[in-house]
Amino acid sequence: MVDPTAKPNPAARPGPAETTVISELRGKFGAGAVTPQETKDGVPTVWVDSRTAHEALRYLKSENSRRFRMLYDLTAIDERVRAGRAGQPEADFTVLYHLLSYDKNEDVRIKVALKGDSPELKSVTDIWPAANWYEREVWDMFGVRFGGHPNPRRILMPPTWQGHPLRKDHPARATEMGLFRLSDEKSEEEQLALKFHPGEWGIKPGGRDADYMFLNLGPHHPGTHGLLRIILALDGEEIVDAVPDIGFHHRGAEKMGERQTWHTYIPYTDRIDYLAGVLNNLAYVLAVEKLAGIEVGDRVKVIRVMLSELFRIVSHLVWYGTFAQDLGALSPVFYTFYDRERVFEIIEAVCGGRMHPSWFRIGGVAQELPRGWDGLVRNFLEWLPPRLAEYDKIIMKNKLFRIRTQGVGAYTLEEAMEWGVTGPNLRACNFEWDWRKKRPYSGYEWFDFEIPTAAVGDCYGRALVRVEEIRQSMRIVRQCLENMPPPDFKSKNDFKSENDPKSKHDYKSRHPAATPPLKERTMQDIETLINHFLGVSWGPVIPPGEASFGIEAAKGNNSYYLVSDGGAVSYRTRIRTPSFPHMQTTPLLCRGLTIPDLIAILGSIDFILADVDR
Amino acid sequence: MSETARYLLIVFGVLAVMMSIAAGLIWVERRLLGFWQDRYGPNRVGPFGILQPLADMIKVLTKEDWVPPFADRPVFILAPAIIVITVLLAFAVVPFAPGISVADLNVGLLYFLALSSLGVYSVALGGWASDNKYALIGALRASAQMISYEVFMGLSLMGVAMLAGSFNLREIVEAQRRLWFVAPQFLGFVVFFIAGVAETHRLPFDLPEAESELVAGFHSEYSGMKFGLFFVGEYLGITLISALIATLFFGGWLGPLLPPVVWFFIKTFFFIGLFILLRATLPRPRYDQLIRFGWKVMLPLALLNLLVTGGIILAAG
Repeated sequence: MVDPTAKPNPAARPGPAETTVISELRGKFGAGAVTPQETKDGVPTVWVDSRTAHEALRYLKSENSRRFRMLYDLTAIDERVRAGRAGQPEADFTVLYHLLSYDKNEDVRIKVALKGDSPELKSVTDIWPAANWYEREVWDMFGVRFGGHPNPRRILMPPTWQGHPLRKDHPARATEMGLFRLSDEKSEEEQLALKFHPGEWGIKPGGRDADYMFLNLGPHHPGTHGLLRIILALDGEEIVDAVPDIGFHHRGAEKMGERQTWHTYIPYTDRIDYLAGVLNNLAYVLAVEKLAGIEVGDRVKVIRVMLSELFRIVSHLVWYGTFAQDLGALSPVFYTFYDRERVFEIIEAVCGGRMHPSWFRIGGVAQELPRGWDGLVRNFLEWLPPRLAEYDKIIMKNKLFRIRTQGVGAYTLEEAMEWGVTGPNLRACNFEWDWRKKRPYSGYEWFDFEIPTAAVGDCYGRALVRVEEIRQSMRIVRQCLENMPPPDFKSKNDFKSENDPKSKHDYKSRHPAATPPLKERTMQDIETLINHFLGVSWGPVIPPGEASFGIEAAKGNNSYYLVSDGGAVSYRTRIRTPSFPHMQTTPLLCRGLTIPDLIAILGSIDFILADVDR
Repeated sequence: MSETARYLLIVFGVLAVMMSIAAGLIWVERRLLGFWQDRYGPNRVGPFGILQPLADMIKVLTKEDWVPPFADRPVFILAPAIIVITVLLAFAVVPFAPGISVADLNVGLLYFLALSSLGVYSVALGGWASDNKYALIGALRASAQMISYEVFMGLSLMGVAMLAGSFNLREIVEAQRRLWFVAPQFLGFVVFFIAGVAETHRLPFDLPEAESELVAGFHSEYSGMKFGLFFVGEYLGITLISALIATLFFGGWLGPLLPPVVWFFIKTFFFIGLFILLRATLPRPRYDQLIRFGWKVMLPLALLNLLVTGGIILAAG
């Protein structure tokens, strides 16, 4: 590990180049058509007129020198009650496209202002196939229509739902909605709405042999790892087409972000990718810290990295065992869950919780590391490698496992980028792209580790990448163990200001949005008392602005895009999860294969239904 | 003791022993799997959980005897019985010890092969009568699997029949006094063992029920004792195949010191353990891979074995 006292190079992203995306857009479409906007995260953000939006996006993807090949995120904001958006074009709704250029490692955010109660915009599904589900989600949540969309149905809410939940006039709590009664007629109606109609769901009738068998796989099925429904059109056992039906695990996490304070939202993030615990916290708190301008100390960074990597191991271990079980091997799941318990012993000792420790805080972590944490971590680092070697023998090198996974469910790198695939699934296509390396955050630039890739993006390749990632995560954890910056408990009691250098090694930043004033001082003067009272009762106020932060979570890129209008709660919380686009690729991967292959594919892309539905 | 009484004793003795072995295997399998999977398995009912089968039996017998309204009722009810009956009938020719066998048939081997092929009707009809797509796919898989594996299962045993010069299982055992047939017929043993695993739908060849793919495959709609019968049938099948392996390739009851019947059960239980170990170890191939393996690898091997054995016997005169 590199010396953590050496200051990291904050200019991980190119500075001056950012302006050129905007200037190129101006050159192409005229200065009047493009309105830049300042954001806290430094991502070049421009407003484009709704008529030129489609053209501008096509230009950015294929003609611009940067080639924004990936539709990183597509979402919307209900702007109708937002305060303090001076300088931005008038809008009732904003549709937002976040694009990523792998060639230049750059982002651009395109915003389109829409007016009226039932706004409409041209679909970009012809530019990025991945836009399909994103646009359905925006229709579902905000009621924005996309002209030319191939399958404009709701995606997360039931088809019978009234209203669009993420609109500001839609209630956030059941208690605001009036009494719910499920009459027999309504029950019948809901049942009928779930009925499958091949045409409506986008399955084309077969030409040669139109009489497919439709198999309803899920929502309760042992191979889907949760509440997922996939409708299969089968010819024998061959899958002609597959239509995933998601939303059974939708809990309105984004809506909850609009009513929980910045701090009290942290436990909700845990439950998005519920196998990866604090990795969710990390993406969220980093976004809030960016928004509020909070710097954290080195010790905080290293503690966060260590916990994050332990959770990456946890997540991959669950995947390892269950993937083997999907292919019929009964035992590995018990072995890997046993190992996972060993990690949970560490996590319990450190956080007090297991799967959902909610342990990271804005500007730090919840507590100091407990005494003896290093012994626990060291024991685990010795425990796992021989077990992994054994799993290599019984799983990865097993002939039956290999014939079930090699050459099954492969996509090319080109396809993976088009469909917004990230994380191990993208790296399996022989593409070395890891946010921890490409855009280091939380001190990852100090660590020495490799990015595993695989030659072919098939089920086996994806498995290889994850297995190697477990080893690389152990390397990082070991470096954390050996180089943990020492704690400085003293600073807690006699700090002078938030910039006190002594607080550098504390487990929490002294920024007022992160930590209320010291309790002892509240007894001395009224201002401190008021600040303390408001800080702990209402929670901190985050200055107005917008920021997103993407991290390399266990399953791919997880990012939080936060809009603050200067309140104690977020105005808009957008969670970009890796599993959502990954799930969208299943029909692509399984067409022409069989049911067992579909199960192998589902296991290999490693999704979490809560991460799909949020 | 009159001849009839002795005969009845053997008939009911075999029946009772086989049924209790099938029930006991529920416990044995779960404990062994637990052992291999770093966990306990059932250990609450009685010492070491040995009364677990009894508890299971009470549970399964007191469950609602339910037939789905959309199912083909008579066939649905009949299907689970078929597998138990055919496997139990097949035990008739198994020689447990000198003088202890229900029927000393001179076509014992053929009789066994015939009955074991009938067993697939249970799965196919059960899956069909359930009127459930998962069950149907499971039943179709079972039928395809049976057709592929039945062929070389029979062929693999012909080497043994040729060496012993008989289809009578007792005579086959007697013929192994000098040398167990596993030595000259090793290939035949391997092929028969694999076919036997496929025949009993055990992992890695459990495609008809393939839990992670087909929920529970052919018995998705079954519950209560009807489901229990499929279960018992499966364990009886394992016992039957293990007993046959012991009889045909490992000298049946032959062995020093211990009484013959003890030797027979030691050998049988060894192979039952192997079946369970397979289940704890291996993933499952895909349906087309399994069928291809059967026709392209196992069938040629069985034929080769037959050819070489025949050649050697001819040469030895």
